Amino acid sequence: MSNHLNPGDIKAWTRRDFLQSSTLFASAALTVPAFVQSSALALPRPMMGLSSIAGVDEDRVLVVIQLSGGNDGLNTLVPYGDDAYQRVRSRIALSANEVLMLNRNGGLGLHGSMSGFKELYDEGMCAIVQGVGYPNPNRSHFASMDIWHTADTAGTGDGWLGKYVDSQCCGYGSGTPGAQTASNQGANQVQADPPPPLIAIGKTAPLALHGRTMMPVAIESADMYQWTGEKMGKDLNKAYIGSIEDRSEADMASGADDNKSFLVRTAMDAQVSSKKIRKAVDEKSLVQYPNSKLASQLSMVASMIRAGMPTRVFYVSHGSFDTHANQGGAQGTHARLLQQLSEAVGAFYKDLKAQGNEGRVLSSCFSEFGRRVGQNGSGGTDHGTAAPMFLFGPMVNPGLHSRYPSLTNLDNGDLKYTADFRQVYAEILDGWLSAKSSDVLGRGYKHLRVLKS
Amino acid sequence: MPALGTKPVKTTDSIAAIKSEDFGYTEARHLLLRAGFGGTDEQIRTLARWGPEKSVDHLVNYSKIKADDAGADAFKEDIIRPLTREERQRVNKARETGDEDTLAQYRTERQRRQREDRRQMRDIQRTWITRMIESPRPLEEKMTLFWHGHFATSFRGVEDSYHMYAQNRMFRGNAMGNLGDLLLGIVRDPAMLKYLNNNQNRKDSPNENLGRELLELFSLGEGNYTEKDIKEAARTLTGFTFEDNDFRFNRNQHDQGSKFVLGSSGNIDGNSLIPVILKQEACALFIVLKLYRFFVRDIPMDLSAIDTGSRKAILRLAQMFRRGNYEIKPVIRKLLLSKHFYDPINTGSKIKSPCELLIGSVRSLQVPVRDIGIVTEAMELMGQSVFLPPSVKGWDGGRSWINTSTMFVRQNTLIYLLTGALPTRSLLLKDRAYFDALALVPSLNTPGDSDPSDEQIVRELAMVTLGQAGDDVVDSVLSGARGSRGEGAMRSNEVVVRALVMLTSMPEYQLC
Repeated sequence: MSNHLNPGDIKAWTRRDFLQSSTLFASAALTVPAFVQSSALALPRPMMGLSSIAGVDEDRVLVVIQLSGGNDGLNTLVPYGDDAYQRVRSRIALSANEVLMLNRNGGLGLHGSMSGFKELYDEGMCAIVQGVGYPNPNRSHFASMDIWHTADTAGTGDGWLGKYVDSQCCGYGSGTPGAQTASNQGANQVQADPPPPLIAIGKTAPLALHGRTMMPVAIESADMYQWTGEKMGKDLNKAYIGSIEDRSEADMASGADDNKSFLVRTAMDAQVSSKKIRKAVDEKSLVQYPNSKLASQLSMVASMIRAGMPTRVFYVSHGSFDTHANQGGAQGTHARLLQQLSEAVGAFYKDLKAQGNEGRVLSSCFSEFGRRVGQNGSGGTDHGTAAPMFLFGPMVNPGLHSRYPSLTNLDNGDLKYTADFRQVYAEILDGWLSAKSSDVLGRGYKHLRVLKS
Repeated sequence: MPALGTKPVKTTDSIAAIKSEDFGYTEARHLLLRAGFGGTDEQIRTLARWGPEKSVDHLVNYSKIKADDAGADAFKEDIIRPLTREERQRVNKARETGDEDTLAQYRTERQRRQREDRRQMRDIQRTWITRMIESPRPLEEKMTLFWHGHFATSFRGVEDSYHMYAQNRMFRGNAMGNLGDLLLGIVRDPAMLKYLNNNQNRKDSPNENLGRELLELFSLGEGNYTEKDIKEAARTLTGFTFEDNDFRFNRNQHDQGSKFVLGSSGNIDGNSLIPVILKQEACALFIVLKLYRFFVRDIPMDLSAIDTGSRKAILRLAQMFRRGNYEIKPVIRKLLLSKHFYDPINTGSKIKSPCELLIGSVRSLQVPVRDIGIVTEAMELMGQSVFLPPSVKGWDGGRSWINTSTMFVRQNTLIYLLTGALPTRSLLLKDRAYFDALALVPSLNTPGDSDPSDEQIVRELAMVTLGQAGDDVVDSVLSGARGSRGEGAMRSNEVVVRALVMLTSMPEYQLC
């Protein structure tokens, strides 16, 4: 990635080149920020339009889909054939003809509203890990979410994906967060490019993405991700951009890397990436997405992948699943949430397939906890423990993994987990993100073989 | 100013006081930015006239300044409270008999209280931000913010707004006091005890969370203790818990056995652990390094990685801190007066925290706050939500504040304060509160002054916003603000606002 830092090349690009979309790629060497510039762009070949680069690890993407509020796993992956299930959930249980059958003998099916998931499952693009949890489950939303985000049962420390970036960059824990390095305090040397950051679609980035190396980028919408000054007239915009361009060029040439030039560089990156993201999002998707918040988040992610952004991890969320009252069965609140989820993910993979990018994108879907086995007095369910996790993409070993927790051998009315969520994380890190999971998770975890090796 | 990009760092190691004749506008501005949140041109000129000694004393001896504390205790103490004995009995009975209605009633009531408490937390947040904006004692608030980041505690784990508020009051009360009192305060602080699970630290099943962070993050720093010390420190803290809003020592859960921690032994408890910690050589240096990073420069915590001048200055301050029995005020006073603090490498080069950026902008530009809710939310988007630090490590600061999305939020929030326009709304829907931008131009407000040119007006605005600005920046600002309007356009409030939009969008506006 550092070949574009050769000052000799810089002269070839003038500031007028950049921001004109026709030459955006041509001037990438100078101005396109690391996270907008696909790794392919650093190579001496033109890179237009689609961006599938088969077999290149650097182009692998992970999309995390968070179901906030505690998704009722029992009514998602439904053990309709289990008497105990029907008995303790008389008001909300689903019957055999209300599920999409996965395993007739086992009496297991997906909630009837999840045809999008079922299609992916039938195409061999969906792995379901049953009974995912962790020891001594915490039933507080915040605490349990933090545990999932930090991959630590104390729920303290940095996010697991933030630590992943740290482990790729400078060795976890070896640097001082936020500090300038000895070299960038004064030596005539430009820092190595940071790894492409993580992008959360939303107002702020979740704890999972927080590490020591860099702050995750949060993009709520493409129109939030721009300078308001742009709306204040051409003169203002032109003068501002001209000033930033001139100065970033001068800094590049001199190799300055004090805080001021770091800020100039970032301001420049912001301008370029804003244009690029808006352009990507403005482009009509290759498929029709349903009308939901999650669908528009995933459509934005698909647009960015299509535009060739080398971002490794995208984070989206959907909810709220905190169905304490009147959650419904085959129909109702919970059914609607699952339908939105399943339709959005279905459309996302159709889009990726049309782009030719499906092989690059692994998605993982989780919630901070499942819900109690029995319904409560208000036609809802209270906070529980283990629940299924879903993984999508052609790289998964399709089908069911781990085993369904017993509905009768309970821990205080709650399911006993049969797989630790960190086993799944470890496999994603080792098998998909080319990291060493023990560096990130503090120890090794046995893989469940949810990914093809 | 040396060309930072090309020369190795070299700084003066002197912590002797800066001479009066070396203390001008730039130095006074630097002092106000770092020891407070910056100030108006007039405030800067006042400090420059006073000279270093009087200025620093004014800031440091803030308790002499009268501050309006009315309404500070307007928060409810018991939105979140433990169940009374009768309530507990009713709930237990309902559980036994399967009385779902009663249980649902309690659940609903608990959820209502949690909602109300989250609302109160938001009010407390806004109250503190307002206080930072309005306080006549900026250093008091800055130090309170320092301790909040040092002993980082988040409402997310505490879930009791009043505990958070009480902790903040404890930080403010001891902000310039003695480190020993702060450490003692924190091991007895309900918010911290809850946040780091010390209420679960019992003699038969110790929880090391607080013990570990007390040594690693709050006092000594990594590498200055052993794993055995952590275990023993945790034992001393067993039974340190809270009941409702007060600290409680639960004797039954306290490990009465003899402990051996950091070279001291005996029946040490959480209280007597503090002097044991303060005996450690590493303590003074660790705290001084953190203060230095907060007030002076974002250096690595590893002393060997920084320039000789800074290293020597830091070691001198640490020695003074230790010899001065960990009194905070003298060491802050020494630092703010020191030649080293005013070394060119330390001025105009530190990345502002979101608090510094927004509070500083309101204080120095006198822009209307418009909507404190929007300002608070903007801070969150920039990565700093007070009372909600990301983890017990606090905010990393420095370059970690900045990425492309936070850069936009920083620039756009300034545009909002200056013009009332929000990024997501049409310009027609902007907040109409008037901002008198012309008041920021000294030469337009000094009777009998000469007739300033547009360029001079931009230069004066650049002084307040950026400290100093190159000709290229001045040219860009002038042409962006004026557009096709001719000379004299800068006499219009609207055009001055446009110039300020340009200036505050400049990357160096993020520096202080």
